[in-house]
Amino acid sequence: MAKIPVQFTLNGSERAEFVESGTTLLAALRDKMGDTSPKGGCHQGTCGACTVMVDGELRLSCLTMAETCNGAHIRTTAGLANGEVLHPLQRAFENGFAAQCGFCTPGMIMAAAALLERNPNPSRDDVVEAISGNICRCTGYEPIIQAVLSAARANSTSAA
Amino acid sequence: MKLSKKYFADERDDDLVEIGQPRPRSDIRGHVTGRTAYFADRTFPGLLHLKMVRSPHHHARIRSIDTSEAEKHPGVARVITAKDVPQNLYTILILIQVGPEDEHVLAEDKVRWKGEAVVAVLAETARAAEEAAAKVKVDYEVLDPVLSIEDALKPDAPIVNEHHGRNYYLYDSGECRKVLFGDVEEGFAQADHILEETYRSSPIEHAPLETSGCIVAPEANGRFTCYTNTQAMFFTLDNASIILQMPGHKLHMVGGTVGGGFGGKVDVTVEPIAILAAKLTGRPVSFIYSREEEMQVSSPRAAEKIVIKDGVMKDGRIVARQVTAYVDAGAYSRHSPYGAQKAAAHFPGPYTIPNVAIDSYCVYTNRTPSSAMRGFGVTIGDFALEVQTDKLARLIGMDPLEFRFINAYRDGDMKAHRQPTEGAALIECMQEASVIADWPVDERFMKMSSRGRED
Amino acid sequence: MGLSLQTYPTASEAQSALAASNVRYMGGGTLVVRAANEGDLSFSTIVRTTDPALSEIETSEAGVRIGASATMGMVLAHPQLSYLAPAARAVGGPAVRNMATVGGNLFAPAPYGDFTVALLALEANVSVAGSGEMALETFLQEREGLDPSALVTAVSFAPPPDSFRFLKISRVHPKGAAVLTIATDIREETGSIARARIALGCMADRAIRARRAEAALVGRPRTQEGIAPALAAALEGIDPPTDAIASAWYRREVLPVHLGRLLLG
Repeated sequence: MAKIPVQFTLNGSERAEFVESGTTLLAALRDKMGDTSPKGGCHQGTCGACTVMVDGELRLSCLTMAETCNGAHIRTTAGLANGEVLHPLQRAFENGFAAQCGFCTPGMIMAAAALLERNPNPSRDDVVEAISGNICRCTGYEPIIQAVLSAARANSTSAA
Repeated sequence: MKLSKKYFADERDDDLVEIGQPRPRSDIRGHVTGRTAYFADRTFPGLLHLKMVRSPHHHARIRSIDTSEAEKHPGVARVITAKDVPQNLYTILILIQVGPEDEHVLAEDKVRWKGEAVVAVLAETARAAEEAAAKVKVDYEVLDPVLSIEDALKPDAPIVNEHHGRNYYLYDSGECRKVLFGDVEEGFAQADHILEETYRSSPIEHAPLETSGCIVAPEANGRFTCYTNTQAMFFTLDNASIILQMPGHKLHMVGGTVGGGFGGKVDVTVEPIAILAAKLTGRPVSFIYSREEEMQVSSPRAAEKIVIKDGVMKDGRIVARQVTAYVDAGAYSRHSPYGAQKAAAHFPGPYTIPNVAIDSYCVYTNRTPSSAMRGFGVTIGDFALEVQTDKLARLIGMDPLEFRFINAYRDGDMKAHRQPTEGAALIECMQEASVIADWPVDERFMKMSSRGRED
Repeated sequence: MGLSLQTYPTASEAQSALAASNVRYMGGGTLVVRAANEGDLSFSTIVRTTDPALSEIETSEAGVRIGASATMGMVLAHPQLSYLAPAARAVGGPAVRNMATVGGNLFAPAPYGDFTVALLALEANVSVAGSGEMALETFLQEREGLDPSALVTAVSFAPPPDSFRFLKISRVHPKGAAVLTIATDIREETGSIARARIALGCMADRAIRARRAEAALVGRPRTQEGIAPALAAALEGIDPPTDAIASAWYRREVLPVHLGRLLLG
């Protein structure tokens, strides 16, 4: 099987790999580039555990072909923290007990990050809508919603 | 969250350091940074992908299996059938002497549920494994399926599982697990009212976000490291050891991090075959359920049918309870004989009832084998019991919470299964609930204590 | 055999590639990559195009033309398509909406395909490279019989006056697959209904027009009594699916309820 080059920026680093044609972005990130923060929960676009950002837009990496991302800027939860300094969303999820099994958490945080980047002061309804493509089977939605709201408040306080 | 300290204050020293204090979870940093390592978060060079060929029928005899085309498919490393499995017949609870062995790792003569594993295909890519699996030819003679508890217990019903020889599990107490306490007929005779109701539930899938699976790597020292998301590490280790006829020290199980389990990952379904595949090929093997397999093949909570007959007095006392319960195990035992037994012990509920007769059946049907799920064996029973409790209260025109105060078990009461009640706190929980929910009850109930009766 | 992806810069080149066997065209990937992930072996080549013309949205008073590659997110963000926003928002969560295309939605089987229900009530036309322009209703009936190299390039329709309504009923909020989807375009003149268009999702394996209900509305007042014959007529000719979301029986039971609320609301 012919290998196809894929090259993109992953969390700020230039990355290039050869993958088989038809490889999903999820498989390329996890198996080729060692970023296992996006998770494969359903591989059908239902659960949101594989959610990443491609050029600033939320995408499901399980339904995105890796080779369509050439030249793109890809961001995952693994790249959110600055060294040991957590992103405000990560801090809020940590403090708010907003994770149980943790499998949905990376996707949930990316969905929340996309929201806060375009709407720094979301309402509760905005948060619910923003994470509507992400399933938390442990049903911890309430602490997750509260964590996103609290991260937004922390952001606006630090900006003020 | 509020911690109420007024109850049992004289029984505590109140010198707890951790309880009542907010503490970060030990695993939370990994979760929020995406660094928590789940079993699938590792890759190995030369990893093979296992795809299972599954039964499309509820019940069928296997006339023949032809894997020749699949073996020739590009990228296929190995095809595994029943004859490759050292000890193909097993049952999980044999470890605690709950037999007989009744399930095949890979089907031999028959398939007994739609989705049963028949042939395992190993290939270089998941796609090649899918393609080769589609080329496995299995010749089935379709048999009449048994798809409900009622049909299973009909005298002329087809036998689902020949290892049992009948469509229910044979306990040492007979055709069902029994609990007998007092004289239930005498209880009914003295009751002011009798209420008999039937409750039913459907199977429920746990639907964990992370599907069941494992990755097995053969090690240079002859051992096999199995990265798994099982919730039952030692059941898995010991059953894999039996199935593979391999001493336990050859098997290194690595797990503990589970992307949602809810009881759905206590069966031993992926590890033995993946370890065998790694042994037969000498290569690392990944066997991960697709979402469809997780929903259709992994064991759900059992469907149940529960018939409850209660005798109740006008003053609120339940004086007799007779329960006949049926737990649909599906085609194989797995944990269901235990679940049905646990249900039997549980049916009096948290109430003190002087006359009790329970019959709890573990029934076999040609449905997906059921197994543990949150509150295994008791959750559906609790649904039935508490709906029944409300109906009893309504029947005699009593407030349902006050009705529960009257019947609640308290320290010193003998439970129907002969375990004396101790350390009860039900009365106090209901007192607190009454206040929080603003559902007032008569003063005398607020003065009750779990530590003993008033008179 | 494996799977391979072929990317073409123009729609016409992609269309030529579709003539080969075992090929599936991919819009945003939410249907095709899902099928591949789930082990659908009926295709081994995925074809797509990056043709910018297919992502264009043109709006004027005379008509609206939405390229097949336009995503639900692009429709949502378009200021002149606000009446379609509820339908675009009904498709998936934010990530799916950044991927799912208008063209792909025409192929989504029930309980999906909410956006197509809206387009059907708007009497949209579908531009199919290789087969010309056809009514969406015809397209939905005949799409499996089209030439294998037929490629949907755009949908077009006349923008409705303030008479367009869309309703999706799902059990999970805010995002869940449809129990049913209804889009209506009801226009009134002097106290009675002059023109009615009703499209239904989840009342067959794909979106359908409720033509008998439409006919039963014309000339009637938009009142409880006025719409009663239409609610009864809506049940004629439907064949709702039974799936994990709802049974056919349930869908049939609740259709008149929700259609009535939408018509009177």
